[in-house]
Amino acid sequence: MSVSASPAPTFAPAAAAATVPPALEARRLTLDYTTDAGTVRAVDSVDLTVAEGERLVLLGPSGCGKSTILKALAGFIPATSGSILVRGKPVTGPGPDRLVVFQEFDQLLPWKTVRDNVAFPLRVARKVSRAEANARAEAALARVGLTRALDAFPHALSGGMKQRAAIARALAADPDVLLMDEPFAALDALTRRQLQEDLLALAEELKFTLVFVTHAIDEAVLIGTSLHLLSPHPGRTLATRDTAHFGLADVGSPAFESLTREVHGLLFDKAAHV
Amino acid sequence: MSELDLGAATGLHRRTVRGSLSPARLWRHTGVRRLVILAGLAAIWQVAALWQNNPLLFPTFTDTALAFIEAARSEGMLWSALASVFVLLKGYAIAIVLALVLVSGAVAIPFVRDVLQTLTAMFNPLPAIALLPLAMMWLGLGEKALLLVLVHSVLWPFALAALSGFEQVPETQRLVGRNYGLRGPSYVVRILLPAALPSILSGLKIGWAFAWRTLIAAELVFGVSSSQGGLGWFIYRSRNELLTDRVFAGLACVILIGLVVEMVIFRFIERRTVLRWGLQR
Repeated sequence: MSVSASPAPTFAPAAAAATVPPALEARRLTLDYTTDAGTVRAVDSVDLTVAEGERLVLLGPSGCGKSTILKALAGFIPATSGSILVRGKPVTGPGPDRLVVFQEFDQLLPWKTVRDNVAFPLRVARKVSRAEANARAEAALARVGLTRALDAFPHALSGGMKQRAAIARALAADPDVLLMDEPFAALDALTRRQLQEDLLALAEELKFTLVFVTHAIDEAVLIGTSLHLLSPHPGRTLATRDTAHFGLADVGSPAFESLTREVHGLLFDKAAHV
Repeated sequence: MSELDLGAATGLHRRTVRGSLSPARLWRHTGVRRLVILAGLAAIWQVAALWQNNPLLFPTFTDTALAFIEAARSEGMLWSALASVFVLLKGYAIAIVLALVLVSGAVAIPFVRDVLQTLTAMFNPLPAIALLPLAMMWLGLGEKALLLVLVHSVLWPFALAALSGFEQVPETQRLVGRNYGLRGPSYVVRILLPAALPSILSGLKIGWAFAWRTLIAAELVFGVSSSQGGLGWFIYRSRNELLTDRVFAGLACVILIGLVVEMVIFRFIERRTVLRWGLQR
């Protein structure tokens, strides 16, 4: 991941045209939201580049606009200025090439079984036949360990199982980029740990491209291959760090701890100034 | 999968275990409990009527039951009931379609929403039967006038329930639908309608009850609609002839049809949908 300092032209420069465009790119992304009191700047001129197979983590305190950035990447809210490109093509609205895993447990559609929930985006967005959609759904659910819950309705699932099903749903449709908005924030500590480990194992195996939003520093260092720190009010890039070399085995190691402390210091100092 | 999750997963299989037919298990069945309640009410009715001993004003349960069978056999009560139900279904269907069109507009366009909310606030408290004199002046003594009051009785409460159902669809589920690129009619049919189904179903139930009572009342007021008199007309006619047990039989028929629709048809739909999905307990 790189943060470009020079003013980026609207189109890819000629030198880069020969190379493959990054999976996801945001240039000078600025996002506003309107309240009764007027327009508030949520995100101010943030640059992001996520290469194929990379896992970018957006980390920052509440109010830093990390979820807003994710919503913009998904196409749910329009950019005030700047641009978002998926594989070189500008984003104009939501689409199944960027599937989102939300924090909320009610993201599974309650009127569909777990299998149908996972098969649903394949059916409507990828126009896959029912038999193939079901087969792919079952394979994806097996990957996240939910084979026993195929025919259950979401209300019968625990929070952890719901999030697993949501991850399976996003994986099955094979999007260009996976977007996750604090998917483990509402889980208990034990389940969260388990899901972090399982997500990491899946990422190593499938090499999917991921943008992951969190406010937990250890989760950020563990999940990501690169870290993008944001400061609040409005959201601005604070620092970036490469965390690709950290794996499950490194949790608690001196290097892991020192990076965690450094990130904590960066976020905390910045917050103290504001 | 963690230990915690496994515990929840085994819970999924527990509900498929079927029990034997012991009295305790039977009592847990809603239908059985309702039958017991109905039998109890019938017994109280019988005792009260025998104690009163005035068949002209208050016939016994057994007399009413006999009159019911008799009226069904030879007096065409069931045909009257059928005629009522047929008119009712017509008005009900028109009202539901109108309401869905209005609500779809209200969901898409804020101004239509204001219009709909103002109209429901105005017309919801207005008893449909109060429109009947006007409807008769405008449309004459016939089915059209009945349909007008029926539509009025169903449209507003159903539109109100459907609108609040659409507005209560969780934000996350809306975003999920948009995430898959769904828009327009397919977004409404695949996401909004099923998510709003609990409110829509309760709106359908309220609409049904309003339509049924409005129709019977309207028939009592002006009797015959087209060639075939309805159930309300049957009750009115029986009262004129002082056949009180038949009046009771007619009322019982009104109640029975209401019970069947509520407890068999709507209950069936609910069990297949909102109860199964955990959207309603």
